[in-house]
Amino acid sequence: MDVLVLAAGHVSSALGESTQEHLLAARHTQALSFIFHIPLVCFGIAFPAMVLFTEGLWLRSGDPVYKTIAKRWSKVMLILFAVGVVSGTILSFEFGLLWPNFTATFGSVFGLGFTLEGFSFFIEAIFIAIYVYGWDRLSPRRHFLCGIPIVITGLTGSMFVISVNAWMNHPTGFDLVGGHVTNVHPWAALFNSQLPFELTHMYFAGYMVAGFLVAAVYARAWLRGDRSRYNRAALIIPLTFAALVTPAQLIVGDWAARTVTKDQPLKLAAFEGLPKTESGAPFHIGGIYEDGEVKHGIEIPDLLSILADHDPNGTVKGLNIAPPDDRPPINVTRLSFQTMVFVGTGLALITVAYLFTWWRRRRLPRSRWFFRAVVLAGPLSLLALICGWVTTEVGRQPWIVYEVMRTEQAVTDAGGLPVIFFSLLAVYLSLLGAVIWLLRRLARSSPEAAAEPQGAES
Amino acid sequence: MLPEICLGLVIAGITAYAVLGGADFGAGFWDLTAGGARRGGRVRGMVQQSMGPVWEANHVWLIFVLVLMWTCFPTAFGSIFSTLYVPLLIVVVGIILRGTAFALRGQAATIGEARFIGALFASSSVLVPFCLGSCLGAIASGRVPVGNAAGDPISSWLSPTGVLVGGLAVITGAYLAAVYMAGDSVRAGLPDLARAFRARALIAGSVAGVVAIGGLVVLHDDARSLFDGLTSGGGLVFVIASALAGIATLALVWVQRFELARFSAAAAVACVTVGWAFAQSPYLLPDRLTLDQAAAPNATLAATLIGVGAGLVVLIPSLYLLYSLTLRGRLDQEFEPLDQRFQPLPGSGSTEGGT
Ligand code: HDD
Ligand code: HEM
Ligand code: HEM
Repeated sequence: MDVLVLAAGHVSSALGESTQEHLLAARHTQALSFIFHIPLVCFGIAFPAMVLFTEGLWLRSGDPVYKTIAKRWSKVMLILFAVGVVSGTILSFEFGLLWPNFTATFGSVFGLGFTLEGFSFFIEAIFIAIYVYGWDRLSPRRHFLCGIPIVITGLTGSMFVISVNAWMNHPTGFDLVGGHVTNVHPWAALFNSQLPFELTHMYFAGYMVAGFLVAAVYARAWLRGDRSRYNRAALIIPLTFAALVTPAQLIVGDWAARTVTKDQPLKLAAFEGLPKTESGAPFHIGGIYEDGEVKHGIEIPDLLSILADHDPNGTVKGLNIAPPDDRPPINVTRLSFQTMVFVGTGLALITVAYLFTWWRRRRLPRSRWFFRAVVLAGPLSLLALICGWVTTEVGRQPWIVYEVMRTEQAVTDAGGLPVIFFSLLAVYLSLLGAVIWLLRRLARSSPEAAAEPQGAES
Repeated sequence: MLPEICLGLVIAGITAYAVLGGADFGAGFWDLTAGGARRGGRVRGMVQQSMGPVWEANHVWLIFVLVLMWTCFPTAFGSIFSTLYVPLLIVVVGIILRGTAFALRGQAATIGEARFIGALFASSSVLVPFCLGSCLGAIASGRVPVGNAAGDPISSWLSPTGVLVGGLAVITGAYLAAVYMAGDSVRAGLPDLARAFRARALIAGSVAGVVAIGGLVVLHDDARSLFDGLTSGGGLVFVIASALAGIATLALVWVQRFELARFSAAAAVACVTVGWAFAQSPYLLPDRLTLDQAAAPNATLAATLIGVGAGLVVLIPSLYLLYSLTLRGRLDQEFEPLDQRFQPLPGSGSTEGGT
């Protein structure tokens, strides 16, 4: 059932070979759309749980501050969800607009995940609508119950999409016979062995990004002197969510690295820029990969072997296992990997300080530096997220389906790809401006006003 | 058999999108044509109110169709998307602008802002269904060959059939929206708006009927095999059924039975999509790719059906809950004419709802 390794790179595309000269424009368009979608996804994954938790606090304590918070957050959640739907629809279109040969050749293998994902989103959309429009119209208990499906579908939805990405990195569930895809097993493709860590890593990332970004808003208000109970609660809740997953994320990241070592050794070599297979391989912090080696970096002996193998003398495969044509762009992959790891470690330090203070003293740290760090943690976690995806996706190059189909085989032959890229860029920039405008406007309205039922507001 | 069932799902998805999503676009059409800020304020308020809770859910149907297509009929999907990239790109941009504009409009603080956002919203509401319809027209008239961008990027969809189907999509959406919103207005206790939407429904319904019948002439010249399919056998049965349902809807709207008219209007649209499938059979891409040639391996089709079956078990009760809450008015927002939000409250200098 596994891919025949012999046939690597020799799949024949269902629509014939592509002759696109603007492959790079297609790749940039894809990357641009993902970079827009993925932060919203984090809110789809994690925000419902935070809102629901806060509503639960209200139900238990009867304290109206919690209700005010939950209600305001749920409005933000609806807006972000709506923009998530839009940007996700764009991604679905791009599967056909940019990579028709990929979908035409492998749609029957990986499509199942998207079909199930569709249902998941459907249910999410339904319950978000009921939840947000149902405040004060459904009984508190029923209202709370209607929130639970949103949390569950946030998980299942991301699981099914991630499974497709995991499959692209580790394709299973079909055979190649004479370049043709046969003997398709969609369920095996769906539940491939790369899925468990990718899903966990992304799910945790969702909690980190949403948690830190929300906390950052209130940490900034704290720095400006807002010491209200409202602000305190709205800071502690998301920060605690994020703080609980961040240390665990490092362990999952390690799991990811070891799976990559096993399944995609070339990608791992690109993380470091390791020219030759080596035992006791070093890791360079910073620097740049040039002429077959890493220059100007700080060398830490044996670290790559420890990371990949948990053994300082472990053997790590180098870039020399593949001809130059089959290697991913080293510097992009390397830089994004390092950024992710450093940001992740830094964030873990912040959260350990926070959890420790909370555990020993039952209060927030007092230093202004702590709050400044939280303000920074929001954008930084987003940076780590995007860098993580760039690591995965660029590190997979030149393959769209690892060692089976090359990206240039998958691309459309349509004209005007640069035009498509620039028009989408313009649209996304204005969309970004609009969302920021809207969130600022929501933030400016005072909490008291939001506490009152205001029928016509969306 | 499996390919036919999967095609049935695609057709069901297109129908649901045409009926539910189409009405959303139609609401945008009435927004566009509502007139100046003051005159159109009440109509726009109604558009905003009746679309609020359901619009994201409605648009998932589009995704459902895309995903089913690329899973079950991958070569057809790749061929369609690579040839029709121009209208589909317009759709993409239109969907972004429209979704954002709609989400933002509730937050506009001045009438100027609301009008700018509203104009974006409304114009993309017309552009998107037109382009989607013209893609269907391009497929149905056999202008999408198998291959990577093998068809003509312009003349495939800006053809007589493409323009016809695109125009029909816009009008049908407007018609459906008017029928639905007339019902919503009655429920909200706003008889003047109910009258306004009734008149719009009657006009749009008649125009849709005339265009559809006149369109047969266009098809006769431009897409002969489609025409033959629609005027014989199963295709003909559904065309007639659609016409009857359309007439029944007009009659129901005339006598102000808006709730019943909702269903007959939806039936009229459903009959067209099903009739189209019959008219094209056995082809998925007319004269070039049959359904069986296009279908994915049986293992995939079976897995998809299992997945869809399991999904429906959860989805149907959820949808039921949503629509029953919506139709009982439990999720209704309060009605507010769009221009009034920006008028000073009597006795206070501040603006209302600008938060
Ligand atoms: C907030 C986000 C975040 C943080 C702090 C980290 N990661 Fe990460 N990482 C991701 C967010 C992310 C991600 C965006 O979610 C990726 C992209 C694909 C995936 O599965 O997760 C990812 C991918 C990813 C991959 C590539 C997997 C592949 O190519 O299939 C590796 C090897 C790591 N990570 C390793 C780490 C290590 C060792 C970290 C810690 C120190 C770490 N990550 C922190
Ligand atoms: C190829 C990649 C992707 C495609 C085609 C895609 C498609 C979509 C679509 C169509 C929607 C809208 C669904 C709706 O109407 O509710 C959506 C939203 C969403 N997507 Fe993606 N997506 C992709 C990548 C991802 C990734 C990488 C994740 C997560 C890890 C993800 C998770 C979500 C979630 C949770 C939502 C819900 C909306 C929200 O809360 O913002 N998607 N996506
Ligand atoms: C889980 C869902 C995802 C799927 C199914 C997916 C699929 C794809 C596909 C089909 C391509 C184009 C072919 C290629 O360049 O190899 C691509 C490229 C790319 N994707 Fe993903 N992707 C996913 C998630 C993401 C996310 C969340 C990001 C992040 C921000 C991302 C970043 C990129 C980038 C940067 C490229 C371009 C690679 C290059 O130009 O070298 N992807 N992805």
